[in-house]
Amino acid sequence: MAPTDISNPKYFHKVVDCQWACPTHTPVPEYIRLIAQGRYAAAYMLNWESNVFPGILGRVCDRPCEPACRRGRVEEKPVAICRLKRVAADYKGEIDAFMPEIPAQKNGRRIALIGAGPASLTVARDLLPLGYSCVLFDKDPKAGGLMRTNIPSFRLPATVLDEEVERILGFGVEARFGQKIKSLATLLKDGYDAVFIGTGAPKGKDLDIPGRREAAANIHIGIDWLTSVAFEHVHTVGRRVVVIGGGNTAMDCCRTALRLGGMDVKVTVRSPRRVMKASAWEIEDAEREGVPILDNHAPKAFLVEKGRLKGVRFQKMREVGIDTSGRPRLEPSGEEVVLECDDVLMAIGQENAFPWIERSIGLEFDERSMPKVDRATMMSTRPGVFFGGDAAWGPENIIWAVAHGHQAAISIDRFCCGEEVQARPAPHSSLASQKMGIHEWSYKNDYSAVQRVAVPHADKAQALRNLKVEVELGYDDQLAAREAARCLNCDVQTVFTAPLCIECDACMDICPVDCINFTANDDEAALRQKLRVPARNKAQSLYISDPLKTGRIMAKDEDMCLHCGLCAERCPTSAWDMKKFMYVEAQSAAACLTHHNAYLR
Amino acid sequence: MSYIAKPSAHHPALPKNALGLTRRDYEGTMSTLCAGCGHDSITAAIIEACFEMDLPAHRIAKVSGIGCSSKAPTYFLSRSHGFNSVHGRMPSITTGANLANRDLVYIGVSGDGDTASIGLGQFCHAVRRRLNMTYIVMNNGCYGLTKGQFSATNDKSSPSKKGEANPFEAIDLCQMAIQLGAGFVARSFSGDKAQLIPLIKAAISYKGFAFLDVISPCVTFNNHPTSTKSYDYVRAHNMASENQLDYVEHKEEITVDYAEGSSASIEMHDGSLLLLHKLDQQHDPRNADAALMTIRTNAAKGSVATGLLYISQDQQDMHDVLATVEQPLNAASMADLCPGSKALEAINARLR
Repeated sequence: MAPTDISNPKYFHKVVDCQWACPTHTPVPEYIRLIAQGRYAAAYMLNWESNVFPGILGRVCDRPCEPACRRGRVEEKPVAICRLKRVAADYKGEIDAFMPEIPAQKNGRRIALIGAGPASLTVARDLLPLGYSCVLFDKDPKAGGLMRTNIPSFRLPATVLDEEVERILGFGVEARFGQKIKSLATLLKDGYDAVFIGTGAPKGKDLDIPGRREAAANIHIGIDWLTSVAFEHVHTVGRRVVVIGGGNTAMDCCRTALRLGGMDVKVTVRSPRRVMKASAWEIEDAEREGVPILDNHAPKAFLVEKGRLKGVRFQKMREVGIDTSGRPRLEPSGEEVVLECDDVLMAIGQENAFPWIERSIGLEFDERSMPKVDRATMMSTRPGVFFGGDAAWGPENIIWAVAHGHQAAISIDRFCCGEEVQARPAPHSSLASQKMGIHEWSYKNDYSAVQRVAVPHADKAQALRNLKVEVELGYDDQLAAREAARCLNCDVQTVFTAPLCIECDACMDICPVDCINFTANDDEAALRQKLRVPARNKAQSLYISDPLKTGRIMAKDEDMCLHCGLCAERCPTSAWDMKKFMYVEAQSAAACLTHHNAYLR
Repeated sequence: MSYIAKPSAHHPALPKNALGLTRRDYEGTMSTLCAGCGHDSITAAIIEACFEMDLPAHRIAKVSGIGCSSKAPTYFLSRSHGFNSVHGRMPSITTGANLANRDLVYIGVSGDGDTASIGLGQFCHAVRRRLNMTYIVMNNGCYGLTKGQFSATNDKSSPSKKGEANPFEAIDLCQMAIQLGAGFVARSFSGDKAQLIPLIKAAISYKGFAFLDVISPCVTFNNHPTSTKSYDYVRAHNMASENQLDYVEHKEEITVDYAEGSSASIEMHDGSLLLLHKLDQQHDPRNADAALMTIRTNAAKGSVATGLLYISQDQQDMHDVLATVEQPLNAASMADLCPGSKALEAINARLR
């Protein structure tokens, strides 16, 4: 293998698994260290700059960082990154002084943002400090999008949502709420310099099976029903409720139903439980509240008696192997089950719908009626019209919407300045030694064997009585410090300087996870095989040095490295050093990256 | 010295031996030796050898004297018996322990000062008595604990770090061991685990006195370019490739074929095999004279003969020679241990 080019920021960026997996590339280990030090405001600001909604995401993020977390490979469970983010938000205190300045003198450009969800709000946050005027439209009376309408308040309290949404509105957004855009062509005539569409995937899928029409009064589309609950149009539900669907919306539906009077609430899923779409922790929360999850249940018909919903008939499915995409192949088992109920909540997926976008304005759609959007620039085929969030490529999650928003803001700024939209600003990165003295580092390199710390919950009986009681209480400072200590500081990199190495084997001998090797060079497949512990996780790189004096190379499998720094401590010649890698994803407004940039060396 | 303990987490795919243990289970506490010390590499090799041989830690006794080398047993096999004795007295302690309990595996760790200076007499008699043990000298040619003065094994041609000449000739412990009758004599280098680990395994398997002189650079005081015990010098002058050895446990099938005449296999007491390949015409380790010759001619050229230098296939160990009881004393009955005054009188009568 050729020696690793560590001057390419991509190499070490990938070693920081959490940051690499995060769509907005939030510097997770850096803010966890700040939390460990009790510097919550600083931790919050790093988050706010990167993901805009730390308080919200600290509760309801899809957390792609956690499955990626190295701690989950070293032991069983990843660091509770999401819950630590919440700690930063809960204890941040006063942060107004750290906010970017919004110029009083505007730059004369007006941007229309359609849909007041996380994507549009991110675009507004990124453009307002540059002097843009942002006009924000939403059909609902308040901003927040699905964060307000689809996420129940027992998971995300309105106060938390309001604080972070209103902070952006307070930067000077012109809000046009309760106003549904019916024609993009008409809006375009209003002379906006750019239009951003962040209208989400607002159409819940329906089930066309017998009885659907007759029992319509008691069959609800999950996301619409949750919206009605959020805006307090719906206050009750039947005693017996069947939820159809296995995603996170289904989990929100069943738990909301429990709080609106549901006594016997069940979730039914067509597929086997192990491939359910819902996040493991949301399934766990629903089950903790006593909701059974019945898998392999395919709905066949709604049963109606005297014009009223009486129950749902299911065909039980059985697994027969795996299909080409790796999902289980199902066939009817012949067994049928009837679940009696008063209400049905359907949460079987969401779709995009753009009836308000004319097909004649130069904005092309594909065969699935989705707009053609450039993956990098977020621009549609009509210059000046951008998409982001679920509106771009279908349902994702909040953190992806934020990432889209950042990219769209960059594009809009470049578009408005007459610059090439395809040319993207490069990320900034730096690598700085953390050595403070002999065997002293500026980070805590002592491994904590603590297991993942559980988040305290509110009393169950009390929580189930009130829709607005937040179930998770969050960590206090002590628990947060314990959990923070589990972070392996994967951004503090092991950097090897081959000419200094005397091949004494000290680093190889001390490495607690056997990731360092001195060996003859070979091609990657052979090299992965012959390491002290074969490097089977191909998603993780091998760090290959220049040839050493004996002709061998140093080959390090990054997979399990604990970043404990013992290789550097046991190295007599400082051929190993622990260097902190800071990676800052570019945004349109430098004013929104001041905390990030302060860490660059 | 590191302030943190070695993390308890290990690689989840770490191989396990027949006892269900990983190599991490054979470790000791964190080393307090200088970073890069050759002794730490030897420690790692002992850990690997014991792991690969499926040795239960509680059947091993590690004994040492005084010095950097003699601190090392703390850093391996924390679940084994250990005795850190007086300077140069490791052989006596091991002799006593071995007499009392012949069933344990004895690993003695000593240094060039502990063995070639203060403990030289002890060393000679342990060899002479064919003590069944593995005697490892971590040989760095200097007194690392006391600022790096020359030790008795430092080559005359090898000056100090600051350029002071060494006035005396070196003691070659391998030659001494052969002359005193050691049954297994090998030399290796801390920086060559591929050679060192099989040698340690063979030495542990060997019934009788097994001597291993391991050149182990002192990174702090004796790793300068003019030192003959430095990493660079030993790598440049190591004759390891002339004498390679594989250790094959008796449970394994031998699958490698070597060209006739260029290899030899030696069966050990426990049924394991030593495969010697690239056997040199001039040097057959079964021949003591040839072994001495090999050491001396290499030394004359400034090179270091490493590998298995000498092996006697028919050595008796101390218990055979003394015809001691077969069981360890802690398993003997009270009546056997204290046969009473009548038995004593009988012995006295025999000697009157």
